Formats: sequence, C-alpha cells, structure tokens
Amino acid sequence: MNRLTLFIPFALCLALGAFLFFSLGKDPLDLPSALVDEAFPEFALEELHEPERQLSTDDFDGQVLLVNVWATWCFACRVEHPWLNSLAKEGVVIVGLNYKDHRKLAQDWLQERGDPYQFSIFDPRGVLGIDLGVYGAPETYLVDAEGIIRHRRVGVVDERVWNEEFRDLYQQLVDEANAE
Amino acid sequence: MIAEYGHVALIIALCLSVAQAIVPMAGSFAGYRTWMRLGHSLALGQLVFVAISFACLTGAFLQDDFSLQYVANNSNTLLPTQFKISAVWGAHEGSLLLWALILAVWSAAVALFSGHLPLVLSSRVLSILGAISVGFGLFILLTSNPFARILPFSPTEGGDLNPLLQDFGLIVHPPMLYMGYVGFSVAFAFAVAALIGGQFDSAWARWARPWINSAWVFLTIGITLGSWWAYYELGWGGWWFWDPVENASLMPWLVGTALVHSISVTEKRGAFRSWTLLLAILAFSLSLLGTFLVRSGVLTSVHAFANDPERGIFILAFLGLVVGSSLLLFALRGPVVQRQQGDAEVVSYSGLSREMMLLLNNVLLVSAMAMILIGTLYPLIADVLELGKISVGPPYFNFFFVPMTLGLMVAMGFAVFSRWKKTDAQMLRQKGMVPFLISLGAALILPLFLAESMSWKAYSITAAITLGASFWVVTMSIEDLWQKLDRGSSKRGSRLKNLTKLPGSYWGMQVAHVGIAVCALGVGLSSVYDVQKDVRMVPGDRVEVAGYEFAFDSLDFVQGPNFGASRGQISAYKNDRLVAVLYPEKRKYEARNQVMTEAALDAGLTRDLYVSLGEPLKGDAWAIRLHVKPFVRCIWLGGLMIGLGGLLSVMDKRYRRRRQSGAKLSAQSAAAEAVTQ
Repeated sequence: MNRLTLFIPFALCLALGAFLFFSLGKDPLDLPSALVDEAFPEFALEELHEPERQLSTDDFDGQVLLVNVWATWCFACRVEHPWLNSLAKEGVVIVGLNYKDHRKLAQDWLQERGDPYQFSIFDPRGVLGIDLGVYGAPETYLVDAEGIIRHRRVGVVDERVWNEEFRDLYQQLVDEANAE
Repeated sequence: MIAEYGHVALIIALCLSVAQAIVPMAGSFAGYRTWMRLGHSLALGQLVFVAISFACLTGAFLQDDFSLQYVANNSNTLLPTQFKISAVWGAHEGSLLLWALILAVWSAAVALFSGHLPLVLSSRVLSILGAISVGFGLFILLTSNPFARILPFSPTEGGDLNPLLQDFGLIVHPPMLYMGYVGFSVAFAFAVAALIGGQFDSAWARWARPWINSAWVFLTIGITLGSWWAYYELGWGGWWFWDPVENASLMPWLVGTALVHSISVTEKRGAFRSWTLLLAILAFSLSLLGTFLVRSGVLTSVHAFANDPERGIFILAFLGLVVGSSLLLFALRGPVVQRQQGDAEVVSYSGLSREMMLLLNNVLLVSAMAMILIGTLYPLIADVLELGKISVGPPYFNFFFVPMTLGLMVAMGFAVFSRWKKTDAQMLRQKGMVPFLISLGAALILPLFLAESMSWKAYSITAAITLGASFWVVTMSIEDLWQKLDRGSSKRGSRLKNLTKLPGSYWGMQVAHVGIAVCALGVGLSSVYDVQKDVRMVPGDRVEVAGYEFAFDSLDFVQGPNFGASRGQISAYKNDRLVAVLYPEKRKYEARNQVMTEAALDAGLTRDLYVSLGEPLKGDAWAIRLHVKPFVRCIWLGGLMIGLGGLLSVMDKRYRRRRQSGAKLSAQSAAAEAVTQ
C-alpha cells in the first residue's frame, strides 16, 4: 500500500474536525446575532390575561422595552423573576412572552410571584418563538423605539447581567427616543 | 455532605487516572515491570472511586437533595424510587458520570482478565484507557459537574424527570448502550497499543477479539432496547426514526460489525491488518462523535435547553486529540505493522474466497456508515457552507440503507459457505441451488398467503424481496451446518459428534446471521402489512381493523404516583373471540404539567395490537389510534439473536485459554480450523 494512503483517514478526520468546529461557531446560541439590529418579527397572538385581546408589534407603541421569554416549566425563570419585578418598579417597560405554556398555570404563576409585564403575549405553540429563534427560556430581547432588536440575552437576566449588558444600552436608547 | 463526598471521590478518581495514563506507559518504555504492573491496581482504584462518586449522586437523588442543581432539574419528591435511581443518568451530567463509571468498569475488567497478555501490551492498553478517562473526568469536573449546588436559594421541590424517561426502558437502555460505546474504547486501546509497540499479529487479534465482541454485543442489545423503548413509549408505533441520536448509535455499530468480521480474518489468516486497526480506531471515534453530536447542541432542536457551547468545544477538542492523534499514529506506524506480514507467508486469496466475502461485507458496512454520517452531518455542513438550513429525513436514509442491507444479506448467504483462500465455484453453485430455489419459492408464494391473511392487501413486491432475502440467509446457514455435520465418515453417530465439536464462534455466527434475517423480516413485513386507523370513538363503539374488532368499553380516571391519567379500556376480538384487553392511557405529569401518551399493546410473534389515546373530543368521544402491526416483534427478536450470536462467540473456548506453549496453541487452532472449514 502506498505510504501516503495511510494518511487519508487522518486528513478526513482533520476536515471533519474543521467542519464541526465551524458548526460549533454556528451554535444555536450564536444565531441570535443575526436577529440583532433586525426588526422584531411581526406576530398576531392573544394576550395572556385577556384572550379576546389580539396583540401585535403595534402594541409596543414606540417604547424602548424588554421582551422577556418565560414559562412556568422553566426553572431559571423563577430565578430571574424577582429582578424583573424590581426593574418594572424602576419604570423599565417589560413585555412578557409566555412560551409554550398553559394559560391558567401562567396566570397563577404571575399572581403568586408578581407581574412585571406591561402585557403578556401568549404563545402556547411557540409560533413567535420560532420566528425569534428562541433557543430556550428564559431569553430577553431589548427592543428600541423603532421596534428594532438591539440586544439579546439567552439565559437569566439578573442584576449582574443587567449592569453588564443592558443598563448602558437601555439608557442610551431611552435618551435617543426622548431626544426625538 | 454526601454530594461533596461524591465530588471529592470524582477528583480522586481523576488523579488516579492521570497516574494510570502516565506510569504504566512510561514503565513500558523504560522496562520497569513494577511501573507497568501499577496500571492494574490504579484501574481498580479508579473504579472504586468513580463508583463511590456515582453512589453519592444516587444517594442525593434518593434523599431528594434539591440543593443540587442536577437533582432539582431531574427529580421530584413524588417520583417513584426506581425512577429516582434511573434519573441519575437521565440527563447530561449524570449520563457522563455513568460513562465514566462504565469506562472504569471496562478498565478494571481489562486489569483483571489480562493475566495471559504480555505485560507490555496490557500496561499500554490500561494506560490508554487511563488517558481517555482523564479526558472524561476533566470534562465532567470542568463543564458538567453533577454535584454543583444551587445556594443559597435552593428549591424545595424538584422539576421532575422528563416523563418520557420515566420508564423501564430508560433504566436499562442507556447503561447497555454505554457499555457498548465505551467498550469500543478497549478495542481502541488495543489498537493504539499495537501501533505503539509495532506488534500486531494473530495473537493480538485473538486477545483483542473477545473484548471487541463483547462491546459489540452490548451495543447491539442497547440499540435493540432503544428501538423497543421508542416503539412502546413514544406512543405512535414507530421503532426507528433516523434521528441524530439514533444514528449516533448505529454508526459505531456498523463499524463495530465490520470490525468483528475483519478481525476474524486477521486472526485466522493474518490479513486485513491495517484495516482492522483502522476500524478499531474508527469504532471508538464514532462513539465519541456520537457523544459530541448529542451533547454539544450542534444538532439539537430549538426545544433543547441549557446547552453549553463550552461543552461542545471541550468534547470537540478531546475528540480531535483522541481521533487525530490515533489516526496520525496509524499513518506513521501503519507500515511497521504491515511489514510483519511478510514474516511467515504471503497472504493470498482468490476472487471467490472467504477473505473476499468478508472484504465485501466490510465495504458494504463502512459505506452504510459513511452514508449515515453524511446524512447526519449534512445539515451542519450545509449550514457552515451557507447553503441554508436543511434537514435530511428518513427517505434519504431508507433509499441507501435498504438496498445495502439487501446486498449484505445476499452476500451473507454466500459468505457462510465460502472457504478461506479459494472457494470452489462449482461446489457453491451445486450447494446453493436448493436454498436458492426455496428462497425463490418463498418470495413468490408467501406474499400471496400474507396478503390473504392481512386484510386483503395486494401482493407486495417489498414483502417478496424481504422474504426471499431472509429465506436465502437462513437456508444457506442450514445448508452449511448440514454440510459440516456430514463431513468425515458416514458412520452413524458421527453427525452428532460433529455437532458437539463445532466451536462457539461458529454457532455465534450462525445465530447472528439468522438474527439479521429475522430482523429484516420484521422490518420488511411490518412496514408492508402495517394497518393503522385513526378513529373517533365513544365508549360502546366498535371498530374493525385488519380482521380485528376493537371495542371501546369504558374510560376511567386513574391516579398514579406522580401523574393523573385518563385510562381507556379497549377489548380486541378476532372472529368474535376475545384476544386481548388493552388499557391505553393519557397521562398528565403534575410537576412539569406534561401530557404523555402511554400506548397499550398486545404483543405476539406474528402481530402486535397497538392502541393509543389521542386527544379528547367533544363529549365522551376520544380520538383513538388503532394499529395492527404484523411481525413487528421480529425486529427486536432478531436484534436479540444478533446479540446472542456475539455472546456465543465471546464464550468460544479458544479465547479462555490461558498462556500456552506456542506449539500446543497452533496445533489446537489448526484443529479448530479443520472443524470450521
């Protein structure tokens, strides 16, 4: 056998490794960067508490706001919930996206833990979740006054994350919106 | 506290494995026998500490210690005890710990049962196993520690184990599968040790073979159990879905099967040496690749939670190190291994020899693996090359896999009959004629009867092909057996004497090959004659499906330990005679508020009745799915037979002999050869 043919498996392995490495770069967690600086996807879904009320991006009303994806089955959502409550008290506008959940359970959950949301989009089948590319709950999107997503956080938003990733950007966006 | 003990035990195990990786290997080069022997004790010590760690995690589950993140995510106070135990390996962190435990078990087994091996070889094998376990130990401790606490706000109640996994299948399936996956690490270690030492001959093959075969047996049974579990637990009667997780287990199996065959050539004829080594490396690499694909999140859907890219990087780096370095070693040392070939005789064989048939087997199996690998990775590659997001579905896999399997089966019939070096074509034609005619007859006639009995379906070409191929394999196996018994004198009683003389590996081959035929029969016939009806039923209704009458008797509510369920009672009648009473359930698991369909089935060799509750409709009505699945049981029966075949082969006497003088050994193997031919 030719000496070099013995290297074929090694070469194939290197090529495969390179592909896997680049697909790791394409990890679902990195996908969201594609949506950052894009408009928040259009949707038409019911409100969590008022089933007859249809929500769409118009309800964002030109405000700078956070969209928080959560569910009652999501363990980490319980962890971040107190911080969302205190953000809401500070006057930050937060919209809930109740993801793949049951209406009754979600209502009880908010009753029990406090409701930081201006309103809650009810998305039992994850339709909006797919458009957003939701990777798992919790997730938080910062949307500017033009309805453009400016930042995305996969995972818990607590005080530390808020200070590191959101606070300055949020303040800047609010200032821009007020200046106009 | 118990969790901290577990954590510490894991760290100690890691330290031991570092020593296990370094000391015996260094000793083998320096020629220090004490260093080499140390590998054996270190492997045993490592097993003890990994086992302690595993026991601690189990203890944490049994005590409902929800301050552990892993326990809080995967258990619940209401979870029945047996599932608390199986929940230990129900998710990422714990299943890795199980991986490590099983690796330690295999290493310890090598340490205990390698007394007849040269010390240099066994110490190197253990050292390589130690290196692998360093990788896994680090992976667990750095990225996936099951002992991580949630403090100070630990929850009072856990999130519960995924209901899909609350099942007997999950208790047994992953450990079996991992025994197979990890078992290939021993084959890998043997191969790498051979490459390092440059000693690779029939003796090596004889030592490595039982290890390879046993890993392959576990993998076979693990896959069979997984398929069986998917069938009854997922609630819609499928048994194989070509999803990445399944493919990840099938690929090492296919390569393992090729390896099991090629190493027999290496043992008996001294040929296929570098190929065997390559397959041994490949089988374990694919096991690791499977772990990477399943655990890194590159292939999971949007619905998966908490995947950590850091883990992906770690596994990829580990994979690259293990596979890359071993393949490089293969490329560099391969010629040394091959050169030994010339020492005794030039291995030659003609176009119609057993060697050639086994080569064909290997080519087919490895191509099948390659096509599954491409199908599984294609979405990733397309994504990297920006061709858009694409998913590859069952049509692709079936298109390639089915013809390849049929090709394999046709070749299998001939292969059983073929002889080393050269097979007499005339003899093959002569002896193959009867089996060929029987198979042809079965293919032409049996589908007529089946079509008749299976609710008047039309004559099916697929069924004919399946039957023909299966009968071909079985009849050729019988013909070969018959011929072996006939050999020698025509004295009475000599057949019986010949029967007892046949070695275990021969029986193993026969049973496994017939198992393939049985499995193929199940796959082919169940997909052709499967009848399924989705109906709306209220209690009191009767519906006819494929000759069976299903009566929806009643619907009750039952309370389980951690779920509430609507349970239907459905009686099945054939010709007005009660055949079975089935109790399908729709369960609602309280902790996660998840709804599960628990199908009910009445199993039989020739048919399964399979009933599942769909959604409740208006009033008392329910959507109900009724299935009659002919011969579906043969799929798993075949799988078990394949595993049994491997087991028989492992138990072949010639592998259990201790160190023997070379002359005696070769005389015996010559005798065994004479019987097998």
